[in-house]
Amino acid sequence: MKKRIYYFFQEIGGMSLFLPQIILQIFKPPFKPKYLTNQLVQIGVNTLPIVSIMALFVGMVLAYLAYLQFKIVALEVYTGSLVSACMVMELGPVLTAIIVAGRIGASTAAEIGSMKVTEQIDALSTLAVNPIKYLAAPRFLAAIIMLPVLTIFADVIGIFGGYIVGVWQFGIRHRIYMNKSVDFLAADDIICGLIKTMFFGAMIILVSCYKGFTTSGGAEGVGKATTSAVVVSIVLILVMDYFLTIVLF
Amino acid sequence: MITITDLFKNFGEYPVLKGVNITINKGEVLVIIGQSGCGKSVLLKHIIGILKPDKGKIEVQGKDIAKFNESQLNEVRKKFGMLFQGAALFDSLTVRENVGFFLDEHTKLDKQTISKIVAEKLKLVGLPGVENLMPFALSGGMRKRVGLARAIAMDPEIILYDEPTTGIDPIMATAINELIRELQAKLSLTSIVVTHDMVSAYYVADRIAMLDDGKIIEIGTPEEIRKTTNPIVKQFITGKSTNN
Ligand SMILES: Nc1ncnc2c1ncn2[C@@H]1O[C@H](COP(=O)(O)OP(=O)(O)OP(=O)(O)O)[C@@H](O)[C@H]1O
Ligand SMILES: [Mg+2]
Repeated sequence: MKKRIYYFFQEIGGMSLFLPQIILQIFKPPFKPKYLTNQLVQIGVNTLPIVSIMALFVGMVLAYLAYLQFKIVALEVYTGSLVSACMVMELGPVLTAIIVAGRIGASTAAEIGSMKVTEQIDALSTLAVNPIKYLAAPRFLAAIIMLPVLTIFADVIGIFGGYIVGVWQFGIRHRIYMNKSVDFLAADDIICGLIKTMFFGAMIILVSCYKGFTTSGGAEGVGKATTSAVVVSIVLILVMDYFLTIVLF
Repeated sequence: MITITDLFKNFGEYPVLKGVNITINKGEVLVIIGQSGCGKSVLLKHIIGILKPDKGKIEVQGKDIAKFNESQLNEVRKKFGMLFQGAALFDSLTVRENVGFFLDEHTKLDKQTISKIVAEKLKLVGLPGVENLMPFALSGGMRKRVGLARAIAMDPEIILYDEPTTGIDPIMATAINELIRELQAKLSLTSIVVTHDMVSAYYVADRIAMLDDGKIIEIGTPEEIRKTTNPIVKQFITGKSTNN
């Protein structure tokens, strides 16, 4: 138990020292846009399909359940309002972040971890390239840029999923559904949802890069680093979500 | 060129280097021999600054790199080439990108020029035409040679070889030994070669040093080492086990 507490604080300390190093390397020349674009594609474009599928079905389920509940009190026209508010303020940002944690968090920790145990990180240093600049900085920046973008897609597709169920399946009139969807949406809510995701993105990369860079113990170590990067990221997304929501909304 | 004074290094409680003293002269090939696990790779990593000593000085061209910060170290590292024991090729990059990595990062050479240099270096290590392969598609010995090509790609002043001939067939090993000598003769490079392979050691060395129990216990020309009276060195170079 004592050891675990020690380990816990050691990790927190390690990560908080790691963060300024990443930020420093982002602003330190030379700048290589090539590495950033690679990561933008990895984190953004390649994650879009799964985020879209998630958003579509979450939107559909939300609409279905909301409709059944609202119907009891004869307020089924508000189905659209509930779907859009939930997607934009909470589910879009959080579920997108969880998917990115699973996909990018895992691959980042695994890639950097295996580079660590096969001395590729040392090799970068001997070639006079800072490993944090080369590996962590572009990912960090790309995640902060791409999470809001993915979330916008998730929001829109989720609302569309709700529309499919509300309008096509349950026959709510198109115009009413659209009006009610938009009525309760404030620009502030959308923006706050997107700001949340920037923090999620930064945190996912911080955790997974840190886990990668501190990997030891061969293939087994890489496996452990990968698992814990994903677990820690997801837990932190949920915890941070609560506090960010309090601060932002 | 490189002077190491009283170098100590522990990993946790476990001491690996216990006061290494050695000088490497400009233009020589120094071979370091020693039992597996005695700290040869650790010593090389100190010379290029990826490990920091607990105590001691590592002077490269008169300056103690143990006190250097990251950007000062990077300037020094640009003069070094290093072949890792496990080659340490970047597995997300092709052979061409691996060998051309330094040139791409630190010079303004265009793609064609880099490709030409890469092809040249690959030919030197006996692997022409593998530029487009990924590292996972190479055999162990091929990886080693690509690693060697990467180490010499930027024409360094000092090359550190960690077991250049291990895992390589005898004919290719001879070719690599010749390459080490050739580079030294043509460009008067300073080389430090870590090896278990005594044939290779005698062939390439100007001087041989033996690392044992965290210290350099003997240093001399191949002739002197062959005639050594030190029982540990004698045992190592003749390959006799104490158990029989
Ligand atoms: N990063 C590290 N953390 C902890 N211990 C280490 C580390 N690197 C090396 N060691 C330990 O230091 C000792 C020397 O390792 P080193 O790799 O230098 O041996 P070596 O002489 O190169 O052996 P070999 O000939 O088998 O390559 C070993 O006992 C190893 O366990
Ligand atoms: Mg070694």
